[in-house]
Amino acid sequence: MAVIEKGGSSSGSGGKSALAFINDERFRSVFYQMFVGVVVLLAGYYLYTNTAANLDARGMEVGFGFLGSTAGFSVAWSLIPYEAGDTYFHVFLVGIGNTLLVAAIAIVASTFLGFVMGVLRLSKNWLIRNLAAWYVEILRNTPLLLQILFWFLTVFALLPSPRQSLEPVTGFVLNNRGFYFPSPQPGDLFFLTAIAFVIGIVGAVILSKWATKRLFDTGQKTPVFPISLGLIFGFPLVVFLVTGAPLAFDLPTLQGFNFVGGASVPPSFCALLLALTIYHSCFMAEAVRAGILSVSHGQTEAAYSLGLKPSWTLRLVIIPQAMRAVVPPMISNWMNVVKNSSLAIAIGFPDLVAVFMQTSLNQSGHAIEIVAMVMLFYMTVSLSISLALNQYNKSVQLKER
Amino acid sequence: MSMDTSTVDPTSGEYVASTMSDEVVIELVQVNKWYGEFHVLKDIALSVNKGERIVICGPSGSGKSTLIRCINRLEEHQAGDILVNGTALDTNVKNIDAIRRDVGMVFQSFNLFPHLTILENCTLAPIWVKGMPKAEAEKVAMQYLERVKIPEQAAKYPGQLSGGQQQRVAIARSLCMSPNIMLFDEPTSALDPEMISEVLDVMVGLAETGMTMLVVTHEMGFAKKVADRVIFMDQGEVVEQNTPDEFFNNPKSDRTKLFLSQILAH
Repeated sequence: MAVIEKGGSSSGSGGKSALAFINDERFRSVFYQMFVGVVVLLAGYYLYTNTAANLDARGMEVGFGFLGSTAGFSVAWSLIPYEAGDTYFHVFLVGIGNTLLVAAIAIVASTFLGFVMGVLRLSKNWLIRNLAAWYVEILRNTPLLLQILFWFLTVFALLPSPRQSLEPVTGFVLNNRGFYFPSPQPGDLFFLTAIAFVIGIVGAVILSKWATKRLFDTGQKTPVFPISLGLIFGFPLVVFLVTGAPLAFDLPTLQGFNFVGGASVPPSFCALLLALTIYHSCFMAEAVRAGILSVSHGQTEAAYSLGLKPSWTLRLVIIPQAMRAVVPPMISNWMNVVKNSSLAIAIGFPDLVAVFMQTSLNQSGHAIEIVAMVMLFYMTVSLSISLALNQYNKSVQLKER
Repeated sequence: MSMDTSTVDPTSGEYVASTMSDEVVIELVQVNKWYGEFHVLKDIALSVNKGERIVICGPSGSGKSTLIRCINRLEEHQAGDILVNGTALDTNVKNIDAIRRDVGMVFQSFNLFPHLTILENCTLAPIWVKGMPKAEAEKVAMQYLERVKIPEQAAKYPGQLSGGQQQRVAIARSLCMSPNIMLFDEPTSALDPEMISEVLDVMVGLAETGMTMLVVTHEMGFAKKVADRVIFMDQGEVVEQNTPDEFFNNPKSDRTKLFLSQILAH
């Protein structure tokens, strides 16, 4: 040890002191860093010159000017309004809108379903526990692409034609052209109901803070849940009725061979959303199960022995500790939902990759710019999710030593 | 087999005067329990008076931990009756809650809540279970933390404390619910030798206040100093019970003699 601390020059186990610096850990550290740096620079230089030469040979230009020109193709379905005469940049936004829509719904739904399945897998009931285990193990261990194709080809594509549509509830129609549902048509005064809803949520948050303070100050408990329900739903409902119920619904109706009116999503959207939700709920379930199991049974026993009821034990002792173990895998799960939504291309759902990296790239030829934009989008979304959840994770870390 | 029996020297410390009264607070009648095929408690009959201090010892697997864990229903017994303060322990959730509020428990592995500070560990149950205002709960908690001699650690987290300190916090946490009965499940078995005495000191102090205590332990010095009664269990049965004097100097059964010779050999 002493040799290393004194440094290479004075070291040497005898004769060859000239080469002794090879064994100095400081020399090695600098050498390896420089070596890797040079390799990366050379690779970058090669890629750049090679690309530039190829572009030159084909007489192509790099630049984002093409984004302003007309795309000219149609998109099967879009969240953001789009017409064939719109620009490539508009296509980019349309793709982002579609991708974010399906990913956002899938993240919320799969997280919720995953929590339920994860808790059910720990149930004391043999049947429930095993059903949840089979659900997770079967769906987690088959490829997502296979599941997407399954839902698309064997479920949504085989639905009846519009004339024989399934309509379980009036206004909600399912057929091989997609899923149709009533689209709300807010009237002039509807914004008041929306404002009441926001006020209700703010009120519920303030109430919960006040209830905690009241508990700490006086020991009195407040029935937060029913009051919050009243604030969030009851208050807007009253406002809605007082302002004369300013909301109409446009119902989809069969005209000729197809439904018109209302709103709709195509079968490919339904298949993609269902497959993403179910597939990723299994990973969420495993994360939740692992999180709960990571809290030792002694914690439950200690809470019980202090007289805490099971529901308080879960809320005050188990879940705060379980979240530490649940959040890191959940971060990668949510990022995977966003990234895996690009498998939409297999069933023709017009997500970002399909409309921009496929159609727009083929048509415009601006591969470098388009790939860079799409990569930038996915990285931005993934890193945002990661940043937000890491921030949360930091706030629940345990202090030790 | 390095059982440390010398932590509380029975010859140096004086015997803590008994605080036992005639009132029965815990009554076990023909209690039986099985883990599958394994018969872990066999026809246990036990009556504990208010203020009585009982030490339960026996080889591992003898059912002594299971016995005291049945008293606050961390384990379920399958046959027989358990009455605590006259309330029967059955499937009635209200009864279980009432008994748990009145019976404190200290575990071998401390089981402090690692995500809460020492003070929050102590105030959690008084606030949520007893509806005590936070300021008052904190005042009570600080009193007990002073009694276990670690008020200066109140703002720290359990992971920042030594084992002995954590166990003293665990005792304070239980006391904050002002229980009438305290159960100790091998409270010093997970501690380094030099920390055992600081925990035993707190327990001796607690005995002096007249607390009803059931202690599963191998600390025979503690038994000699504070116990009104020593109970020896083996293979799910109460083999012998007696005053510490009689138990250590004049054991009746061969199993007790063998156990004592093993545990006191070093």
